[in-house]
Amino acid sequence: MTAAPDLLSIRDLSLSFRTPRGRLQALRRVNLEVPRGRIVGVVGESGCGKSTLIASILRLLPPNAEVTGGAIRFEGRDLLELSPRAMRELRGRRIAMVFQDPMTALNPVLSIGRQMIDVQYREGRSRREKRERAVEMLARVGIPDPAQRLEAYPHQFSGGMRQRIAIAMALMMEPDLLIADEPTTALDATLEVQIIGLLQALQRDFGCSILFVTHHLGVVAELCEEVVVMYAGEVVERGPVEAVFRNPAHPYTARLLACDPGRIVERSRNLPTIPGEIPDLVSPPPGCVFRPRCPEAFARCELEAPAEHAVGSGQSARCHLAEGEGR
Amino acid sequence: MSGLLEVTGLRVRFRALGTVKALLRGVESPFVEAVAGVDLALAEGETLALVGESGSGKTTLARALIGLLPVEAGSVRFRSRELIGQSSSAWKAVRREMAMMFQDPVGSLSPRLTVRALVTEPYRIHGLRGRETERECARLLGLVGLPPDFGERYPHQLSGGQARRVGVARALALDPRLILADEPTAGLDVSVQGEILNLLARLQDQLGLSILIITHNLNVVRHVADRTAIMYLGRIVEQGETERVFAHPRHPYTEALLSANPQADPAARHRRIELKGEVPSLLRRPSGCEFHPRCPHARPLCATAAPAATTEGRGRFTCHFPLAGPSLPSGG
Repeated sequence: MTAAPDLLSIRDLSLSFRTPRGRLQALRRVNLEVPRGRIVGVVGESGCGKSTLIASILRLLPPNAEVTGGAIRFEGRDLLELSPRAMRELRGRRIAMVFQDPMTALNPVLSIGRQMIDVQYREGRSRREKRERAVEMLARVGIPDPAQRLEAYPHQFSGGMRQRIAIAMALMMEPDLLIADEPTTALDATLEVQIIGLLQALQRDFGCSILFVTHHLGVVAELCEEVVVMYAGEVVERGPVEAVFRNPAHPYTARLLACDPGRIVERSRNLPTIPGEIPDLVSPPPGCVFRPRCPEAFARCELEAPAEHAVGSGQSARCHLAEGEGR
Repeated sequence: MSGLLEVTGLRVRFRALGTVKALLRGVESPFVEAVAGVDLALAEGETLALVGESGSGKTTLARALIGLLPVEAGSVRFRSRELIGQSSSAWKAVRREMAMMFQDPVGSLSPRLTVRALVTEPYRIHGLRGRETERECARLLGLVGLPPDFGERYPHQLSGGQARRVGVARALALDPRLILADEPTAGLDVSVQGEILNLLARLQDQLGLSILIITHNLNVVRHVADRTAIMYLGRIVEQGETERVFAHPRHPYTEALLSANPQADPAARHRRIELKGEVPSLLRRPSGCEFHPRCPHARPLCATAAPAATTEGRGRFTCHFPLAGPSLPSGG
């Protein structure tokens, strides 16, 4: 264990929301690592807790949220214990974020030049230097005529261009960690290709780590080195993309991959599905969360929540069936 | 298979600029042609997929087919009857045979109506009072695989997949021959997406429906559509049998779209064809072949002359220098 410590390391994170119906256990015992300079994908379907996870890293949780256990370490420091002021110092500068919808992430009534200069408010640079830096970043993400386009407003750009601008703004401070929340979901297929290519190139140049959140398995396979699969508030499986996609150890991962119509080679009028629904997290089922929908469930699954078992180098799954497989 | 729907030379345009603004900006025409001369045919019991990126005119085309938008030129024949130019009362009769499933499963359901009121609303609109509401509601919900007590629920109490099923039940209420499904799986998780596609396939077998699916998701199309049409800037650049289009795309845009479809397989990290730039504005259509500024295979001719459509078997494409097709059987 001499390897450099991970940039971001989440240990046993549990979080619940107070609701009129009771405590909604949105995250349960989440473990996750983002090594330096790596691209880690978080996949899961709606309601799996992806967005709550991001919000807890950035400490942008609503007031009814309560962290009930665990730690989020960024370069060894627990973010959950930082003062609001120290947290503000990190946000935008060390940890930056790209949102799903670039139209709502950018202010519609300010020119993009103004917004790109404003985000450098902490830098001791002259206005001219900040402007030059903005032009340089816009050029880097492939906006044609960046110097002229500084005066333009967000609505004067297409969706793909707006997402490029949002990426330029996020990377302006050369953050160590970039969190991207479904950044290609609102884009067309040919633009998605462009944005993925751009993120790959920027990651190589800047050397930052990327935590890429998506529901799209194909994008993870294309872009990420490691993947974290979430279901109903838990990390059910994680590991290197190749290993997880080729030999999924958790039945949910296997079913999810099987459902992707892009993976089904034979043309079929009867596509696989995962019957049942996500459990109500106010009263999650006893034992394993996936048990009610799991075709491989047996008696123990209802009695005991599975621990995280290693199944190969770097791959692990929260499933009783994976127990003992690593050895 | 007999023809159910036949579309020829369909054009839909929108005014984009006022007369003065257009003059000042030197724009030739203040109109944008969202659908610029589309030919399509759909047989009984067939599924046709209309694929394209945002702004390619797919939804506009569907809305024009069902009479929700005025048509500039062209003809739409449904069961051998011309629809364009008929009276609004005649349209009402057509809409009993042609149903639309709108985008956004939850947004297309009124939040104040119960599921029962929503699925039986078509009967009220079309004055079919004799039908027994309770029984009809249970029958329709049964068709789409929902239990009868769902009739009491409101849209906000439904999941995305359930809301989609209610949308399908509504579309089926009047026993249509044709369903226009606008992005039926958009916004749904992969595990639910399959359920809706399986449902449409089952209903098609059971009721002999024809379906026009509008989507940007090529993976979905491959499994459900008999034929596929690819739209770009309001025109169909390629159409043909789905298997052929996927195995041997003839138009470079089709090829690029297919390659842009990320596979959930790390071994297939592939040779993506990255198209330059973005879809051009409809106000300034490129000269010649409208795809040439982004086309990786463009040659000088493409910038000056618009290619004519080439028909090949049951397929058709519009390109000067098409990609290699399937090797023809001897004598072909």
